[in-house]
Amino acid sequence: MTYTQDNVAIEMIGVEKNFCGQKVLNGIQLSITEGKTTVITGASGQGKSVILKHMLGLIHPDRGNVRVFGQDINLIGKKQRQNLRGSFGVLFQSVALFDSMTVYDNVALPLRERSRLGEAAIRANVEEKLALMDLHDVNHKYPTQLSGGMKKRVGLARALMLDPRVVFFDEPTTGLDVHRSNEIYRLFHHTQKELGYTAVIVSHDVPRIFKLADYVALLADGKIQGCLSPNEFQRAENPHIKAFVETTMGPIYMSEQEEHSVHASI
Amino acid sequence: MLGFIENLGSYTLYNLRQTGRMGVFFANCLASIAMPPFQILAVVKQIHFIGARSVTVVLVTGLFTGMVLGLQGYHTLSRFHSEELLGSAVALSLIRELGPVLTALMVIGRAGSAICAEIGIMRNSEQIDALKCMAIDPYKYLMAPKVVAALVSVPLLTALFDVVGIFGGYLVGVILLGVSKGAYFQGMYDSVAWADIWMGLVKSVVFGLLMVGIAAAKGYYLHLERNGAFGAEGVSRVTTDAVVASAVAVLVWDYLISAVMM
Repeated sequence: MTYTQDNVAIEMIGVEKNFCGQKVLNGIQLSITEGKTTVITGASGQGKSVILKHMLGLIHPDRGNVRVFGQDINLIGKKQRQNLRGSFGVLFQSVALFDSMTVYDNVALPLRERSRLGEAAIRANVEEKLALMDLHDVNHKYPTQLSGGMKKRVGLARALMLDPRVVFFDEPTTGLDVHRSNEIYRLFHHTQKELGYTAVIVSHDVPRIFKLADYVALLADGKIQGCLSPNEFQRAENPHIKAFVETTMGPIYMSEQEEHSVHASI
Repeated sequence: MLGFIENLGSYTLYNLRQTGRMGVFFANCLASIAMPPFQILAVVKQIHFIGARSVTVVLVTGLFTGMVLGLQGYHTLSRFHSEELLGSAVALSLIRELGPVLTALMVIGRAGSAICAEIGIMRNSEQIDALKCMAIDPYKYLMAPKVVAALVSVPLLTALFDVVGIFGGYLVGVILLGVSKGAYFQGMYDSVAWADIWMGLVKSVVFGLLMVGIAAAKGYYLHLERNGAFGAEGVSRVTTDAVVASAVAVLVWDYLISAVMM
């Protein structure tokens, strides 16, 4: 098991969580390296999103600690937690755009509430981020008027508004076709290289997501079975990882066309 | 038998937790009002939603409540040959009891249900989590404008209800049934004291807080409902619960405030 200890952005130490008497997380040990992309994968219903919500401080662990940039997110005061969250960007599975606001207002919201910038500077920032996402002429549209892929891009633009140090992606390509998924991956790859943020991606889009990952962590039986580089992950001896790799990356895992499409888009 | 005791215990614990959460929620809402920055525009928008858009329903209910008070009051008082007391009977009933209570019930039905559904949908679609992750305090951003708007709107709506109700009583008592115009207004002038107006004001402020607090808290804690509240069905169930709980709370607090202030 390879845990990278230098430049740790987020650390989960012995995190346990029960829901209605069922143990979902059973002693999670995980380190997220700063500036790198860590993918948390595993079968559906294993608690991947629960791990993400622990990192964000949205759920409190029954036992264990979650340290973000050296501070326990559950033990610090409200003000400190807010400051910490100011360095986060999140792309939710449901995107969580505000339905009653236009695209422009959705993307501008973090700056309006968290900065002292004037409306002209906010407008410039919003235009820049929307252009980065290849979104044009959508400012006055409402989220319900957008396609799934466009919503994700608006969500990513909003997540990047405060120039975050860590960006969390919860199933970023769920519900999207291969073409749209690749578009999201391309944008992620491009923005991460440009802005240099730490990325935590919860996904079961295996093995495509491996091409973007520096580390892959498998969640099974309530524990992280390993957090390894994609190459190490595919050769790991851990029975859970081995079974997962065989199931998801067998000989029929990806067509040549799909493989070519991913390579071309990234 | 053991199952019954287990269920009773679990139900009691759940309700204790709910009460505790409500208390924390109220405290957070009130604390968020006092802390800058103050969202003037959001408050004005909420006053428009809770207050201005409730004016029609308050006018109609106030008018008919006053009219029925005038009618019933006249027939009761005429048995004792005391028709000249109609003005004070209508005014005191409206200012001390019916005005604050019926206004609160109308606002609960119109705005309270909408507030609960709005917050509940935001909770279900992770929008509240999104606010927290953007380091935006949901109490400050979502709740504080609603609480301030309710504190401003409900007393004003209550005053409107009282005035229109008194006019309704005048229409029936004076115009239709022939009570002396002078007696109607003089009786009112003689009997209504500042203490009565103060009681009505205190009630309307408390009812406004209860309405917005219970409705918003029910939506905010939707995900912690005992049997789960998922999707549209969950939001609709919680909204119904919020309306019932707010209405009951208004009637209970009406009695408590009356008992203390009389």
